[in-house]
Amino acid sequence: MVDLFEILIGKEGDKDYQKKPVIVQGITGKFGAFHTQQMLAYGTNIVAGVTPGKGGQKLEGVPIYETMNEAVGATGAKISIIFVPAKFFLSAAKDALEAGIKLLIAIPEHVPVKDALTIVELAKKKDAIVIGPNTPGIIIPGVMKIGIMPASPFKPGRIAVISRSGTLMYESSHNLSVANFGQSICLGIGGDPINGTPLIEAFDIIRNGANIDGVIVVGEIGGDAEEMLAQHIIDTKFDKPVVAYIAGRAAPKEKRMGHAGAIVYGNYGSAESKVSMYTKANVPVAKRPAEIPMLLAGKLGKGRIK
Amino acid sequence: MRLLEYQAKSLFEDYGIPIPKGLTSTDIEQGRKDASALGFPFVIKAQMAVGGRGKAGAIQKCQNADEFELKYPDIMQKVVKGEKTKAILLEKMADIKKELYLSLFLNRGKRCYTIIASVDGGVEIESVKNQIIHEVGLGNVDAKTAEEVGKQMGLKDKTLTQFIDILQKLAKITVEKEAELAEINPLAILGDDSVVALDGKVIIDDNAMFRHDELRKFQEVSELEERAEKSGFSLVELDGNIAVVGNGAGLVMSTLDMLSDNGGKPACFLDVGGGATTETVYEALTLISKMKKVKGILVNLYGGIVKTTTVATAFIKAYEDKVIDLPVFARMSGAEADKSKEMFKGSRTKMFDTIEEAINAAVIEMNKNG
Repeated sequence: MVDLFEILIGKEGDKDYQKKPVIVQGITGKFGAFHTQQMLAYGTNIVAGVTPGKGGQKLEGVPIYETMNEAVGATGAKISIIFVPAKFFLSAAKDALEAGIKLLIAIPEHVPVKDALTIVELAKKKDAIVIGPNTPGIIIPGVMKIGIMPASPFKPGRIAVISRSGTLMYESSHNLSVANFGQSICLGIGGDPINGTPLIEAFDIIRNGANIDGVIVVGEIGGDAEEMLAQHIIDTKFDKPVVAYIAGRAAPKEKRMGHAGAIVYGNYGSAESKVSMYTKANVPVAKRPAEIPMLLAGKLGKGRIK
Repeated sequence: MRLLEYQAKSLFEDYGIPIPKGLTSTDIEQGRKDASALGFPFVIKAQMAVGGRGKAGAIQKCQNADEFELKYPDIMQKVVKGEKTKAILLEKMADIKKELYLSLFLNRGKRCYTIIASVDGGVEIESVKNQIIHEVGLGNVDAKTAEEVGKQMGLKDKTLTQFIDILQKLAKITVEKEAELAEINPLAILGDDSVVALDGKVIIDDNAMFRHDELRKFQEVSELEERAEKSGFSLVELDGNIAVVGNGAGLVMSTLDMLSDNGGKPACFLDVGGGATTETVYEALTLISKMKKVKGILVNLYGGIVKTTTVATAFIKAYEDKVIDLPVFARMSGAEADKSKEMFKGSRTKMFDTIEEAINAAVIEMNKNG
């Protein structure tokens, strides 16, 4: 399988180390244009945009192309971020993967399950990584961000944050930063039922590829991703500190809480089920986001004594 | 969107899955006409989006007109697990020999559709024994797969042939209507070995509704939910008295949890979406003003890119326009927080540095008012 970090930042010594070229699909939309400017300001190397009908124009100095094939042909970029409305996501994502994109960041919310599954299958065939849909994206604090997250909550360091929710990723990272736990990478897997990169895969990518002292996993009700991750932590004897958070303890059953994926059926997807599996895996679960740094400090402290 | 039983069954009928003869009504006059058209005896079934109807007395047998006059109104006003009866289905009784379980559902962990089938159906899925589980990718089920499942269940002859047909048709519904779940429980084998769907539960992917105008007739949204949807918000109405508003589903859920931990009672979950602008927050306040039970508003906004003054402007305007006249307890992180606090001086909005402080203040205030 392709290596996320190699595509995202490359290897030290690469000519474009930490400056890998990125394409923005839907660059001329209000949202796409705003975040292109924000990403450029953060240091992301955005080399092209795609909006059908606007080829030849420029935005923030970034050349716009008609199709993904043209944009990839002109720039050689392997990374793309998609800002199109949900109903156009399927065709935009197909274009990207067919054009040779290896890392696709899928921002749109409300993508139908069928379309997400179709892209998951295609990505497998093309040996590409899809992050999202319904994700805030990825940030390597101080280096680059490919996503819609504000810059202010994040600060460079050695803690990884994986989150199913956007604003909770900001909130948790902010709390970590204030407590002097900087972050090596923060990755949103998305709040939908189907994730291009499921929680467990995101966890493995990060544990194997990043220099980290610990991992924060920000979850929420719905599905069984947290349960599977807890079992995986037990099975693989992961020995660095992991601290979890689960949003939605007070949510009623069978009600979709904003995110398409945040829904409890019976015990399937309930906070109790997730907390009890995490407890088995010796992963403390914070009651509120502000508790995360305290639990992490506790875990790191114990590690040091040993 | 979860379809009611009669709605799911109308899909079954469209696709050729056998169902018992039945008629649906929402008032007793129509119910009487249905009863005489159908002929006694039959079953009266409350149509509500919840399991466990039988145990709660929301499904009852009916032998004659006297019983009908008693049972119809009784079932019409049933409330099970907070869900009210939306309509009543009168259905012919079936001569049941055996009850099976059959469903296709979106398996989130495996990222594919999965068949669950069992010869021991008729109970809630958690208690269904001898489950046969089969992954089927995007949901299509060919005849060979359907036959394998049927044989694993021990079905034979006419029953097996019908089962294969039903499973393939259920799969067709799942794929074509973009369902997250299509369940028949029980799927009954009758005295003559034929197979009939006695119940139906179908959940359609809300995000795919833009491709399914034909299903709109089944959609039931409250006026508030409709307005919220138009603005791109997510709204879930709850029983308490403190409206909870924020940007981002995770953040609002988290706020709901903390409020409940502190003894507060949330009146709603309102996510105004990732960004927050003067317009979206103003519209959110307008929606909340229409909820009668709300006595206070708890706001948790993670600013970041958004300036808190942008949001504060919405509150000031909402008070000036008399859209709201409620105490607001707000935590807004982000730029220009001090300036926002200044703007709120003398208004009924209090700004706090942390959400914990805002929650404490909200709970104390609500308790003061009894």
